[in-house]
Amino acid sequence: MQSNAALEYDYTVAKLFTYTAIIFGLVGMLIGTLIAAQLAFPELNYLFGEYGTFSRLRPLHTNVVIYGFTVSGVFATFYYSAQRVMKVSMAESSFIMMVGKLQFILYVILAAWMVVTLFMGVTASKEYAQMEWPLDVLTVLVWVLWGVAMFGLIGMRREKALYISMWYFIACFLGVAMLYLFNNMEVPTYFAAGGLGSMMHSVSMYAGTNDALVQWWWGHNAVAFVFTVPIVAMVYYFLPKESGQAVYSYKLSLLSFWGLMFVYLWAGSHHLIWSTVPDWMQTMGSVFSVVLILPSWGSAINMLLTMKGEWNQLTENPLIKFMVLASTFYMLSTLEGPIQAIKSVNAIAHFTDWIPGHVHDGVLGWVAFMIMAALFHMAPRMFKREIYSKKMLEAQFWVQTTAVVLYFTSMWIAGITQGMMWRAVDEYGNLMYSFIDTVTVLHPYYTIRAVAGVLFVAGFILFAYNMFMTMTASKKLEEEPQFRSPMAA
Amino acid sequence: MDIRELQGYASFFMTIFLVIMLYGYIIHLYRSEKKGERDYEKYGNIAIDDELDSNPVEKKPEAQSEKKEQKK
Repeated sequence: MQSNAALEYDYTVAKLFTYTAIIFGLVGMLIGTLIAAQLAFPELNYLFGEYGTFSRLRPLHTNVVIYGFTVSGVFATFYYSAQRVMKVSMAESSFIMMVGKLQFILYVILAAWMVVTLFMGVTASKEYAQMEWPLDVLTVLVWVLWGVAMFGLIGMRREKALYISMWYFIACFLGVAMLYLFNNMEVPTYFAAGGLGSMMHSVSMYAGTNDALVQWWWGHNAVAFVFTVPIVAMVYYFLPKESGQAVYSYKLSLLSFWGLMFVYLWAGSHHLIWSTVPDWMQTMGSVFSVVLILPSWGSAINMLLTMKGEWNQLTENPLIKFMVLASTFYMLSTLEGPIQAIKSVNAIAHFTDWIPGHVHDGVLGWVAFMIMAALFHMAPRMFKREIYSKKMLEAQFWVQTTAVVLYFTSMWIAGITQGMMWRAVDEYGNLMYSFIDTVTVLHPYYTIRAVAGVLFVAGFILFAYNMFMTMTASKKLEEEPQFRSPMAA
Repeated sequence: MDIRELQGYASFFMTIFLVIMLYGYIIHLYRSEKKGERDYEKYGNIAIDDELDSNPVEKKPEAQSEKKEQKK
């Protein structure tokens, strides 16, 4: 008879995805820093011939940080926390274990294939969906395997109620599945052009405005279901667990969940304000974006209130610091986004550097901080060793926080300057500035952003080193820590 | 009325419908707790007490492992 006492949670798959999260994070952020430097110093475009140009590297940066780093982090934290909140071990089912491992193997093949093809310039030319159709097919397979593991574990669970994190992971799975399929409907040009094109290269099945709408329905919901939903799943599990405080209001978490699900899907058309989509649709995107503040802040405030009466932990435990700052950046980012979606603000903000500024306070301050904190929390439990260095963790926190602040402040100034200069007219209605005038003015801000990139990567190297030493050289733990993660000074 | 106008009206009324649903959900949550039918806040403990051998907050009847144990 298999008794529960002898049974342990099995972190094999969670560990595998932890490794890829670290590797892809480093690669993706290094490329990001290089292209940020290229914008300030264009001669850096010619370092590696065609393989080093901004146009080749930019999709590589976005795809590696989104589908490499973030998605690995999502899978790692899922395979760790889902077992725990459902009180079921992956070791109890050899089938689910096999599915998890197969998912990892196919994921690594897919990621490697994606990196090679994007370097070669093979692209479907849709933003955040550049992978060509054979890779899309493999993506679907990886995703379906994740679903099999997810619903398999749900079927085996001992805990009847699904914890709120699981709701968010399920939403991530279903949301991406639906959006990905619709957005990537494409035909190889070989068929589209009656045998003249290529089997490898495809074109979207949608055209013109329809294509733009589907593209941004996907594009913005990639933000929703990859950058928000699974990261909220993480914070709902890891912050209470690390602090030993149950979530402040479970009802608020449920309400925020349904609010987010209800509102997010409609907000994508704010990417097409002042373009050729129907006006009511632009207004709808704008209105839903503003309403989105409510469920987003519902989750973020719930997290901050979870620390009520326990704020001393903020100074004592660097992981709490990471997670609280992540929640705070989530609030900043989800306030900034709706402001940019207001039509009159969008008239200035659209196409300017304020947009990547907004994206990066979200993805660096919220997504990356939360994933790194989650992986640090998991490490002592997965590898049965304490975290290698608290000092390094503190240093990483300050270096990366400085980086994020430098990034978004420089892009705020750059973006608004740019937007104002593009619109400025003299007394006769002639444009006052040519494009190059804006480039000259923006140069210092682009330089600051490149410096911010270097700082963030430096912090990420500290993270990777700290994780590596935790896995290999840190002091062994006799028993699993209950709440606060143990770390050496 | 052309298709675009129809789409606009459809979007408007669907929004109203979904808003009512969401507010209905808030009322449902609070009312069922007030009546003592459910205690939602206890689910927060799922994350805190997550050992494999600790008692579930709400036990799932006939979890797979228990079925196995019963057979043996």
